Amino acid sequence: MKRNRNLIILCVGLLAGLIAPLATGASDPGFYIEVLLGGLMAGVLYSLVALGFVLIFKASGVFNFAQGAMVLFAALSVARMAEVMPLWLATLLAVGIMVVFAFIVERLVLRPLVNQDPVVLLMATLGVTYFLNGFGQTVWGSDIYEINLGIAKEPVMILQSVFQGGILINKDDVAAAIAAVVLVALLALFFQKTKTGRALRAVADDHLAAQSIGIPLNRIWVIVWSVAGVVALVAGVIWGAKLGVQFSVSQVALKALPVVILGGFTSIPGAILGGLIIGVGEKMAEVFLAPIAVKAFDLAGGGIENWFAYVLALLFLLVLPEGLFGEKHIDRV
Amino acid sequence: MLYRENGQFKTTYRQDQQMLPILQDRIFMALLLLFVFGAGPFIFSDYLFLSILIPFLILALAAIGLNLLVGYCGQISLGHGAFMSVGAYAAYNLALRMPQLNFLVVLILAGLIAALVGLLFGIPSLRIRGLYLAVATLAAQFFMDWTFARVKWFTNYAPSGSVSTATIDIFGWTVDTPVRKYLFLLAVVTVFALVAKNLVRGHMGRAWMAMRDMDVAAEVIGIRPVYAKLTAFGVSSFYVGVAGALWGFVYLGSWEPLAFDINLSLNLLFMIIIGGMGSILGSFFGAFFIVALPILLNQAPEWLGIHMSTAMVSNLEAMIFGSLIIFFLIVEPQGLARLWAIGKEKLRLWPFPH
Amino acid sequence: MGAGANGGKSIGGVVLGLEGISLAFGGVRALQNVSFDVREHEIRAIIGPNGAGKSSMLNVINGVYHPQEGTVTFNGVKRRDVNTHEAAAQGIARTFQNIALFKGMSVLDNIMTGRNLRMKSGLLAQAIRIGPAEREELQHREAVEQIIDFLEIQAYRRTPVGRLPYGLQKRVDLARALAMEPKLLLLDEPMAGMNVEEKQDMCRFILDVNDQFGTTIVLIEHDMGVVMDISDRVIVLDYGKKIGDGTPDEVRGNQAVIDAYLGVSH
Ligand SMILES: Nc1ncnc2c1ncn2[C@@H]1O[C@H](COP(=O)(O)OP(=O)(O)O)[C@@H](O)[C@H]1O
Ligand SMILES: [Mg+2]
Repeated sequence: MKRNRNLIILCVGLLAGLIAPLATGASDPGFYIEVLLGGLMAGVLYSLVALGFVLIFKASGVFNFAQGAMVLFAALSVARMAEVMPLWLATLLAVGIMVVFAFIVERLVLRPLVNQDPVVLLMATLGVTYFLNGFGQTVWGSDIYEINLGIAKEPVMILQSVFQGGILINKDDVAAAIAAVVLVALLALFFQKTKTGRALRAVADDHLAAQSIGIPLNRIWVIVWSVAGVVALVAGVIWGAKLGVQFSVSQVALKALPVVILGGFTSIPGAILGGLIIGVGEKMAEVFLAPIAVKAFDLAGGGIENWFAYVLALLFLLVLPEGLFGEKHIDRV
Repeated sequence: MLYRENGQFKTTYRQDQQMLPILQDRIFMALLLLFVFGAGPFIFSDYLFLSILIPFLILALAAIGLNLLVGYCGQISLGHGAFMSVGAYAAYNLALRMPQLNFLVVLILAGLIAALVGLLFGIPSLRIRGLYLAVATLAAQFFMDWTFARVKWFTNYAPSGSVSTATIDIFGWTVDTPVRKYLFLLAVVTVFALVAKNLVRGHMGRAWMAMRDMDVAAEVIGIRPVYAKLTAFGVSSFYVGVAGALWGFVYLGSWEPLAFDINLSLNLLFMIIIGGMGSILGSFFGAFFIVALPILLNQAPEWLGIHMSTAMVSNLEAMIFGSLIIFFLIVEPQGLARLWAIGKEKLRLWPFPH
Repeated sequence: MGAGANGGKSIGGVVLGLEGISLAFGGVRALQNVSFDVREHEIRAIIGPNGAGKSSMLNVINGVYHPQEGTVTFNGVKRRDVNTHEAAAQGIARTFQNIALFKGMSVLDNIMTGRNLRMKSGLLAQAIRIGPAEREELQHREAVEQIIDFLEIQAYRRTPVGRLPYGLQKRVDLARALAMEPKLLLLDEPMAGMNVEEKQDMCRFILDVNDQFGTTIVLIEHDMGVVMDISDRVIVLDYGKKIGDGTPDEVRGNQAVIDAYLGVSH
């Protein structure tokens, strides 16, 4: 089939790009693995944000542009509240805030716009983005704030015996990756094992069917937006601990959009894999490709990671419009 | 009793197809044009020109451009700020490298270059729809942002990456004072608005709207999606490119990298949501709104004797914009233009309630 | 209603032939090896229970769906894969089961889109409008006005289609298809959801189109009375298979058809 052929071509292309720096001898293995790990770490966070997107899209058909604003808002809440209380309490309270936020969104945005065109819903979430950014900075302030997770930030050297010079990794990166993996595992458990989780999956598969077995759609939306809020909170805390909580955190979430394109709008494994691909691809491109480009085109610095994810996604769209795991759909008339 | 359609019988289809079929509307439009062209230059203040009318006119032009694509053809774009930047940098380089070119030619060429880039990023729209297209157009945004920030040639190797433009000269008439800028923009925008109105009334406009409303049915009727979507992308980016060139040359004069970032794209989108999707008039409303609201927010607290920090004002602005977008999407998806139409309808029936 | 089968009109040779059409959506086999033909000037009905594959059949004819197997021959040209736009250009028009009008446009504009294929003025001419573009516009407006008169919808020209009652929307759908001046007209349940009076009107229009313009018509309809009255030949589909094909009388007597319809209410 054509789709399979395209899929294979893409995978081969990605793999070729992945090993090119090693194969051409542009990098020594130790450094290469450092870059790879760095990419994976960033990728884990993209996956987390993308996961929020996919959850919401599956259950309410909304392409939630506000996911980034939610990440920032949650991180701001934790950072500011942690100034006056223990971190765990601040986090707990922030979870509460995200649930309240989910309620408000359901009541004021989703319910009045039910059954609208997806593009209209997207525009509505643009409105939510603006509101939430303005509101968050009004309440919490617009400086740079710190979140201290109590993990040392200095890098450690490992595998000195295997590679010349060893590999530098950051402890907080490792902690972040572990936290992300735990969260994903918890979500998987939630969806597979709990009644609510199964109900959510039913909605995702078929809105009418879910309604006919007596699940109130509105409640499901609240739950899903709450879960997405918690996912955003975790991503925000990890990101904020690394870079400080500031407005740019919300922009990071824009990187998660290409991830959903890669993985398909409705696939959770797709979001995870897509996030990793983008994270690694971006880092590799910046470290190995950018210097070449800078030289060839006389650029004022690299920075191709600003668009690499998007162009990769565009490429995907052209060959695989349904994403890695999406389904093909033919309009009925 | 003044605003009536009764008794104005159309005896030919030509009369019936006029842009403004109702006599009173034509008179109103004529008076409005007379006022803004004839009286405006004498009675408006420089402050009004510089901080309201000039940005308003340019943004209205850009909003018309975006509206042709989003409101008429139904293709979402989150990257129109990027096409504005293409127009601005194209005009900058044309004027810089070919100083003998007349600015009007520069403007048209800048629009055409933006149209080409718009077409390029519009190609994915042939395979994908809706949300996917949103992401594809974001790709245009980030890629163009980067291009103009990093590729030194476009900014003529300026170390800071910022560029500044020369005074505009059209056949010896220099566009340097606020009044002249205003008149020049007014003329350009009037012509472009008229052309847009013509396009959406013709078969091309109908093809766009058909694509927007029901693409399968449009294809079955023989409308080619390739043709409809790409012309929409091309014309739309042409408009936006011209607006970008004007934004750079007439409004900003000089600008830094990222003067045309994603926030500009989103603002353009807000203009058409609030003003009215699928309405040329609405584009003007939306542009006026987005220019006037921040000014009002800056002034109002002082009138009321309250002090607000700039950060507070900008946060408030974001919250108000956000709420209004949601409000309009829910309550009046066709925006201010629709409210205007309803008002006119009421006037037509006045004093009878129905 | 009256005109009845073969009421004095001359039915010509085969204009449309379908051979061995098979179409599946994932596991759903919507059409299985279906073949039939349509002759010039005839009214050909397709009947069958819901989900039998009738709409899919029309979608194959004008290229909205692409069958996995089989060929479509129109006007002597045999095709594996029909292209929607080409089908329109060659004179195939259709209406839709679930009205597919352009919601945001007026009745007049909806019908005018039916002329789009014939309108040639370029971008610049339209931008200026005065001159050739306006002349072209007026010329097509006149053609459209004739259809508006024919279908008796003069009063609604400027009404946004979304505000029309259902029966009138169906009429506008037909008007838009007629504006293409098609050789072959595909009608997907044009009378579904109408009251008796509206149905009679629609029947009259269909017969008039067939008579006056000589348009060949393929029609999906559930109302057996209507089908028997106005069609020349009938195809019966069931679960994607053709189980009957012939004149209304032949089909009525066909045992397979009777079996398929036993207990099926329409
Ligand atoms: N676009 C589509 N995608 C998936 N399944 C479809 C599509 N169109 C039709 N089908 C399936 O094909 C079968 C035939 O449908 P259809 O042709 O609409 O039947 P009819 O018009 O006779 O009621 C049905 O089972 C329907 O669900
Ligand atoms: Mg059907």
